[in-house]
Amino acid sequence: MLRVKNINTYYGQVHALKNISLHLNEGEIVTLIGANGAGKTTILNSLSGITPPRDGEILFEGRPVAGLSPDCIVDMGISQVPEGRQVFKDFSVEDNLELGAYLRYRKREKKSVIRKDIEDVFELFPQLSGRRNQMAGTLSGGEQQMLAIGRALMARPKVLLLDEPSMGLAPLVVQEIFRVITDLRDQRSTAVLLVEQNARAALKIADRGYVLETGKVMLEENAYDLLENKDVQRAYLGRDKKEIWER
Amino acid sequence: MAHQILQYMLSGLSTGAIYSLIGIGFAIIYNSTGIINFAQGEFVMLGGMLTYVFLALFDFPLPAAMGLAVVLTTAVGVVFERLAIRPLRNATPLSLVIITIGGSILIRGIAMLQFGKDTHAIPAFSSNEPLTLAGATVLPQHLWILGITLCIIAVNRFFFFHTINGKAMRACSHNRRAASLVGIGVKRMVLISFAISSAMGSVAGIITAPLTMTSYDVGIMLGLKGFCAAIIGGMSSGIGTVFGGLLLGVLESLGAGLISSGYKDAIAFIILLLILFIRPQGLFRKAETERV
Repeated sequence: MLRVKNINTYYGQVHALKNISLHLNEGEIVTLIGANGAGKTTILNSLSGITPPRDGEILFEGRPVAGLSPDCIVDMGISQVPEGRQVFKDFSVEDNLELGAYLRYRKREKKSVIRKDIEDVFELFPQLSGRRNQMAGTLSGGEQQMLAIGRALMARPKVLLLDEPSMGLAPLVVQEIFRVITDLRDQRSTAVLLVEQNARAALKIADRGYVLETGKVMLEENAYDLLENKDVQRAYLGRDKKEIWER
Repeated sequence: MAHQILQYMLSGLSTGAIYSLIGIGFAIIYNSTGIINFAQGEFVMLGGMLTYVFLALFDFPLPAAMGLAVVLTTAVGVVFERLAIRPLRNATPLSLVIITIGGSILIRGIAMLQFGKDTHAIPAFSSNEPLTLAGATVLPQHLWILGITLCIIAVNRFFFFHTINGKAMRACSHNRRAASLVGIGVKRMVLISFAISSAMGSVAGIITAPLTMTSYDVGIMLGLKGFCAAIIGGMSSGIGTVFGGLLLGVLESLGAGLISSGYKDAIAFIILLLILFIRPQGLFRKAETERV
């Protein structure tokens, strides 16, 4: 449903993405792994219209995305949960979720339907429901991450772009968030493009993965094969060369 | 003496209310675009002048003239954004600020050519019979000014805290990237902010015109005073700037009355400089609640 063909993205003079091509099918979790600066976040931002690619093509359900403004892209059904959560800190939890549905309010969708979706988010993340009137800036890191995901879901996206959802969180919280991500795929058949430093955890829930290096796609395989791949193990899964050798 | 001070305070509050309205206009545009719109004063001038024009040249009744003036000024604000600000979205804030100065000179110049250099008055909204309040005299227009300002501030607050568009505008000023990622169109927010600011500016110009008269160049001083109010308030589009305006109005009026009326304008700028030196974040800015 989402197809990226040979995009090149620049930050000023810096050539950040070099002929990147990838695709994402409905109801699939695809993870992007790679070192810092490999271009994972840039791919998400190119998809979201924040750093539009200079050339190449992005097609979503057959319609071109590249060159549209971020709000139009959200309107088409692609929502990003940005790195570092970026919740609206001076707004209550509920207000954050309401703002997630901004475009739906503008299209005069029934308020009761939107309210129902807000309750659904609270069902998905019960931890948040007790804090609905609390300022988002006072939530813990994990709760802010849940809120950021919930806010993105309020736009009813068909594709969810997740940027480092596990960053700085306790392992138990990461588990909870990853559980929700797989639920989204299984129950709502939302497609997820997941960028992660924690490659092992990401590959465990993903269907496929792309390995990026300095702005290029080096490898594309299903997640299980990547987990077993010796080079990937050594470079991204923290396994010693010696360990692999001795096995 | 006490009566006198009360008198100064009361008239200070009503000029202060005007400054608050203008200052909030500055703050709203600053929060959505990061620029200081120096054409804000011209919206104030247009409010008063257009009301006069509709009254004197077209014989409209006062409420209709005022309503039309607000609508037309808002249209000018929107057109100004479309023609001068939007085409230059990638320009630095500094060049945009300079463009607003250019815009203000242009609007003032057109107003001068169209309406002349004379000073005009528009009639007070109700009788001109002064009321006595604890030994001080108040004109009914002062009460109109305070009342209308309060209403506008209340409506403003409702808009920013209880409607989805208002919340979106605040979200956009807090975190522009996150706002665009949830589908809030930044351009649209900038346009709305210009519309609201020019409407508020024009109302300020209209309600003060019966007391202070209006002419093509009232926007310069009123604009700067409003800017000063916004700086005292830490560029908040809410209570901070309201207090900033009222404080400025009262101090100005006390200074003019007790020291010398020649210092009236100087007082505003001394306060402006002091704030910028000592508390550039404004008097009322709260520490942010944040946890990482």
